[in-house]
Amino acid sequence: MFERILSIIKKEFIQVFRDNRMKAVIFIAPLFQLLIFGYAVNMDVKHISTAFYDMNKTYESRSLASDMTASGYFNIKYYPASYEETSQLIDQRKVICAVCVDKSFSKDIKKGARAKLMFIFDGTDSNTTMIAVSYIQSIIAKYSADITFKNIKQPPPAPLDVRLRTWYNPNLITSIYNVPGVMAMLIMIVCLLLTAMAIVREREIGTMEQIMVSPIKPLELILGKTTPFAIIALFDMLLVAVVGVNVFHVPIRGQFYILFLGACVYIASAISLGLFLSTIAKTQQQAMMSTFIIMLPAILLSGFVFPIENMPQWVQYITYLNPLRYFLVIIRGVFLKGNGFDILWPQFAALIVMGTALLTLSSLRFKKHI
Amino acid sequence: MNRTIAIMKKEIIQILRDPLSLIIAFLMPVLLLFIFGYAISLDINNISTIVCDKDKSSQSRAFISEFNKSGYFTVIDYIDNYKDADIFIDSNKAKAAILIPEDFSENINKKIPAAVEIIVDGSDANTANIAIGYIKGVTALFSESLGGIKKTPLIDVSTRVWFNPELKSRNFIVPGLIVIVMAVISGFLTSLTMAREWERGTLEQLISTPVKNHELILGKIIPYFVIGFIDVLLALFMGVVVFGVAVKGSVILLLGLSSIFLFGGLGLGMVISIAAKSQLVANQIALVATFLPAFLLSGFMFSIDNMPRFVQAVTYFVPARYFMVISKSIFLKGSGLNVLLWETFLLTIFAAAVFIIANKKFKRTVE
Repeated sequence: MFERILSIIKKEFIQVFRDNRMKAVIFIAPLFQLLIFGYAVNMDVKHISTAFYDMNKTYESRSLASDMTASGYFNIKYYPASYEETSQLIDQRKVICAVCVDKSFSKDIKKGARAKLMFIFDGTDSNTTMIAVSYIQSIIAKYSADITFKNIKQPPPAPLDVRLRTWYNPNLITSIYNVPGVMAMLIMIVCLLLTAMAIVREREIGTMEQIMVSPIKPLELILGKTTPFAIIALFDMLLVAVVGVNVFHVPIRGQFYILFLGACVYIASAISLGLFLSTIAKTQQQAMMSTFIIMLPAILLSGFVFPIENMPQWVQYITYLNPLRYFLVIIRGVFLKGNGFDILWPQFAALIVMGTALLTLSSLRFKKHI
Repeated sequence: MNRTIAIMKKEIIQILRDPLSLIIAFLMPVLLLFIFGYAISLDINNISTIVCDKDKSSQSRAFISEFNKSGYFTVIDYIDNYKDADIFIDSNKAKAAILIPEDFSENINKKIPAAVEIIVDGSDANTANIAIGYIKGVTALFSESLGGIKKTPLIDVSTRVWFNPELKSRNFIVPGLIVIVMAVISGFLTSLTMAREWERGTLEQLISTPVKNHELILGKIIPYFVIGFIDVLLALFMGVVVFGVAVKGSVILLLGLSSIFLFGGLGLGMVISIAAKSQLVANQIALVATFLPAFLLSGFMFSIDNMPRFVQAVTYFVPARYFMVISKSIFLKGSGLNVLLWETFLLTIFAAAVFIIANKKFKRTVE
């Protein structure tokens, strides 16, 4: 039995490594993706390009501009001289935010009258704008508090001493949270697509029949065909983990063997899913399309970029069927929080149950379809 | 011309024989729009919070209720011991913890700064950042109410948001998704066509016919162009009718520029297909070259301005980046061609270039 499985594994490896392009796809593509996407997946909003239309031109208006720059969120790129010029800058997407300071701004402040300020935002990217609006509000709140206390010549009271602590990621670096997510996503892509397409290819080219006439049993064939991809996926996992730790400085706070075991059960369930898809698809095109239509929701509804808690309740129930969801908790837990089995066991249990169910289902379907 | 039509016919028959792929091709935009429209939200509220109130006074309760009232925090549990906070945050049950010491109200009454400890799970830096902003706001409000200073707002701020006054995320997601759907369909579908012929050996039959390179490539592209265009119409229809996003500019212009983008995407798929020679490889390259950049590097969700310089440089080679600008501008700003000339020019260059490369790359020899 083992001999037959081994020979299938050998054949599969020969097939993979004979093609230089295939080698590149397996080993270089994940690295390339990790580097690009590790840097790109970033929801921080900083350096918002801003135009500052200053009709007042006094100490007060300039200190507002320097407050905005000092916050690090706004980057004042233009000082337009007229309202038309300001609105053109927004129209041409040169700035996202424009500040218009009223002519009597400083006079009104000194008199204690309400000084007028106007902010214009480009709302085409409403996410960025929403965040920018909230930054503006806090900057203005601080600015006006500063002048209030300056006017009444009294130090601000401090009745609350809030000690804010941020655990696990004190500098709030987004990449160390997102890079493990990118790793999990890449492994899913490799497992699903390679497995589904490699099996269907054999059927499409007609070599599956040749394998069928050999004395191999269906279960041996399944094991022999999936093991190489499991090994490749594990190797890729290791590769991206090394790069993630060294390039993006993702800390490993937990035990590496827990991550390894987690990757094993995750890869097993992803490969089972790929196997299942291969029983549905008749051509490689079908395999690719059906893989993609499964993978897209799996990535979007996993908590990878969009937190699950913010989804409607019924969608949250659907995410329980998503293996990526569980592995994300494991990989982030091990990397960032140093979680052990005492906390991660429900995720392991879910992945094992899901993997076993999928493997049984797809093995049964696979046998029927041969 | 006749030969192009013959190839087209053959390709259409092949596509129609594979209804599963065709159904998925049409299902994709619908599914994506539903997920982005209904399932995903970028707003952060209901931050799960645990409270350890050792003071148990009216002041501490007022402080906690200030958090509840803000709408951003949901107190899920009360604990008696500071140490229990570790367990909640470690196991992802809570994202924030508020720890109030025994002397909280005493200090407030004595006008000594009263200490409060607030812990935030920073592993998700994005959520944590926003949560910290909320916390600062809530505590500042509470401090102010204690300080007893009635502040009349000194500055009269008026904020205007152009092009999307209600700041609805649907308004920028729908135009963005149209780009993504097109990039996926065009890159994925065509990337397999030529590779499939190679794998099955039918390419030999094709090149032994008098059909010329450009006729073959054009004949293969056009049917997929139709599928991609139907997808655009589908996404447009769903966006406008189901999600109520209005197109401010000219729909004709949008469709016209979509065609250029689509043609470029299909050409790129063709180049990949010719270069890869195997469907598995072609598919993986298409994933890296079309879908992922369109999704992550086009400025759809992640702002290009925030990326490191070298990633920004890469985005200049992503055609979806330019089409994203076009789609958002026509949808939300009602921009005309005069504003979008540069983007249109680049897309046209790209489409022409990949078509020429596909023609040059395609060798009529059998290995």
